[in-house]
Amino acid sequence: MDLRFTPEEIAFRDELRRFFRTEIPAEIRRKVSEGRHLSKDEIVTSHRILNAHGLATPNWPVAWGGKDWSPVQRYIFTEELQRAAVPLPLQFNVYMVGPVIAAFGSEEQKRRFLPATANLDIWWCQGFSEPGAGSDLASLKTRAEKRDGKYVVSGQKAWTTLGQHADWIFCLVRTDREAKKQRGISFLLIDMKSPGITVRPVLTIDGGHEVNEVFFDEVEVPAENLVGEENKGWDYAKFLLANERTGIARIGMSKQRIARAKRLAREVQAGGGSLWDDVDLRRRVAAIEVELKALEITQMRVVAAQRHRDADKPDPASSILKIKGSELQQATTELLLDIAGPYAQPAQEDGRNAAAEHGMDAIAPLYFNARKVSIYGGSNEIQRNIIAKAFLGL
Amino acid sequence: MDFDLTDEQRLLKDSIDRFVDDAYGDFEKRRRYQAEPAGYDPRLWAGLAELGMLALPFAEEEGGFGGGPVETMIAMEAIGRGLAVEPFLSTVVLGGGFLRFGADASMRAALVPRIADGSLTLAFAQLEPASRYALHDVSTTARRDGDGFVLDGRKVAVLHGDSAGKLVVSARTAGARRDRDGITVFLVDADAPGLTRRGMPTQDGLRAADVTLDAVRVGPEAVLGKVDQGLPLIEKVVDIGIAALCAEAVGAMEDLQRNTVDYLKTRQQFGVAIGSFQALQHRAADMLVAVEQARSMAMYAAMMAEEADPALRRPAVSAAKVQINQSGRKVGQEAVQLQGGIAMTLEYKAGHSFKRLAMIEKSFGDTDHHLRIVSEADSLIEAE
Ligand SMILES: Cc1cc2nc3c(=O)[nH]c(=O)nc-3n(C[C@H](O)[C@H](O)[C@H](O)COP(=O)(O)OP(=O)(O)OC[C@H]3O[C@@H](n4cnc5c(N)ncnc54)[C@H](O)[C@@H]3O)c2cc1C
Repeated sequence: MDLRFTPEEIAFRDELRRFFRTEIPAEIRRKVSEGRHLSKDEIVTSHRILNAHGLATPNWPVAWGGKDWSPVQRYIFTEELQRAAVPLPLQFNVYMVGPVIAAFGSEEQKRRFLPATANLDIWWCQGFSEPGAGSDLASLKTRAEKRDGKYVVSGQKAWTTLGQHADWIFCLVRTDREAKKQRGISFLLIDMKSPGITVRPVLTIDGGHEVNEVFFDEVEVPAENLVGEENKGWDYAKFLLANERTGIARIGMSKQRIARAKRLAREVQAGGGSLWDDVDLRRRVAAIEVELKALEITQMRVVAAQRHRDADKPDPASSILKIKGSELQQATTELLLDIAGPYAQPAQEDGRNAAAEHGMDAIAPLYFNARKVSIYGGSNEIQRNIIAKAFLGL
Repeated sequence: MDFDLTDEQRLLKDSIDRFVDDAYGDFEKRRRYQAEPAGYDPRLWAGLAELGMLALPFAEEEGGFGGGPVETMIAMEAIGRGLAVEPFLSTVVLGGGFLRFGADASMRAALVPRIADGSLTLAFAQLEPASRYALHDVSTTARRDGDGFVLDGRKVAVLHGDSAGKLVVSARTAGARRDRDGITVFLVDADAPGLTRRGMPTQDGLRAADVTLDAVRVGPEAVLGKVDQGLPLIEKVVDIGIAALCAEAVGAMEDLQRNTVDYLKTRQQFGVAIGSFQALQHRAADMLVAVEQARSMAMYAAMMAEEADPALRRPAVSAAKVQINQSGRKVGQEAVQLQGGIAMTLEYKAGHSFKRLAMIEKSFGDTDHHLRIVSEADSLIEAE
């Protein structure tokens, strides 16, 4: 039993640290660090720098641009990326549709989509949830009917993150209405420029335009855009959701926020000195750090255990990481909110006010926005159901 | 980075697990052990000696097993699962720690074999009526007398102090009450003239003693470590002890988690197993999260316990203790709540595990105490 990294792993980490801090534009990293929304251009720029160095899709099969990294190296990569406030490579491309196409797509689909997906020449969004299908995803109703060798899609998707930038959407659609819920679902790739698609922006409580509703009105989709087999879409979705949950703990991101909280607390004046003189506050920070340290080791235990597991199967421990990781992400945003205190109130983004001087104008929105992390990716209640059933056998 | 046990560690785990299971699997037996004069069964102690457990942390060339903090962790987890009452922590971990880091070769040659064969037990007399958790708050004095010392003072709640053959005593040889310098550690015979002990049971079913030192005379060979410079030694050994307690707590939590889930599966109310109620399922899931977080930090503590640089070691071990205390409180309380009335009775194990966890929380520093150490060190995550 040994918690330490090998010298090779430390060299690997140090090289990544250097790379992230020198190659990714500082302005982009500052915005991430302050929890601001990025423009499409900024996301694309950062993603393409990573891809140019083979670092956008390390989790993919080597044949399609992935890295032959050990679980530990993967872990270090994700941690360091977040710690350096580098935007995550676009999740929908890298952790969701890419691996699904690589695992279940046709050769033609792989050639057509994978390189473009890796380089973010195609921006993907995820069309799973619907107004009536949230936690109970399999109750989705958007239907695809086979007509003249094409699928004709009608229905509505909800919560489509960054759909406003998307070129393509990967959808779960119902292809068999007679079959049992999970059995009649297929995985379809749809061009967002197809006639019959409308995107309606939905503003979230932080005021940001992050999610959308996507309406499908008799949208024609070529049959060759079906991934894998018809009515097997649920299996691919489960594979995808499992991938989504690895790295969900976002420990590097929480560390980065604590580091920022500590700096801000030293800068913010209070009681004739700085806020950092407040012992109660420092103890609260310490309490979060302790839990984060524990989670980091829990994460490392899961990573280390992957050596003994079937690499394609997700570890059920990911539910623990999801619950605790999201709670701590939220705790770090609460901490920042409390440190900002009265400066949390002005709402002018990047404006000229006292709050903006310390980059604190974006803190309240960050706090509001972070409530989502215990809702999506399988809500924390759903994760507790999984633990109770799969782990505890209740 | 790896979390696997070596083959040897696995063997050790099998043998200590089996031992504790045989001795404590039937929980009724624990009551009989507690009724013995020492508060534990001397035959079980001899059994642990035979297994090699009492030699665990000592160097092989001194007749020990050569185990490190991971081996201690393995043993303590088993002890926690079984709620074993033997003085393993006080004799082997704490007392052993003082011998390993404070005694010279000749003292170790004389004493290690006696610990290993079970004939000598030790206890650490540190706590004082006014010290609370501050290891440097020492009022007990050791006045120079010829080439020896004369000890005066009071030590309280000394774990297994009533049955120990020798006591490790912290005393002030110089400076004022709360100075970090001027503390010396002594190894004192329990039957030394002037030393009186008043034994008592503890809340969690172990034994302790209040110890009065009234002009207790010791020779120069009684000093462990350096005169006036005892605090770093004490802090080091206490950190090793905390790491061990963390592992014990994880063992107790794991056991509580398991018997709670068993109960949820078997207890029927309203015509169904109560484990079918989601309100309880989610609480059981949160218990598991708390246990796993605690386990991670117990491992962290084990890996940091013998780190030579105290600036790295102390905040790490304190961070672990904070997590253990918090998880332990939650898991203990929830185990009692989820099992209902039966867990309120002394007839049932869960309540005893709950009590042991509550007392571990109060051993060598509570949550506030260790949070203070973590926050003052400010070393887990650096500011931007
Ligand atoms: C900001 C944001 C971005 C998103 N992005 C996308 C995206 O890009 N693509 C996409 O497809 N989806 C996306 N989602 C949707 C997300 O996956 C769903 O919100 C999630 O599945 C929960 O569904 P729901 O919101 O309908 O809540 P509901 O399922 O209605 O849940 C409401 C509450 O009930 C609880 N609950 C539900 N079922 C149970 C149960 N069985 N036991 C106990 N409690 C239960 C939930 O935990 C929650 O607290 C996004 C959501 C948000 C908020």
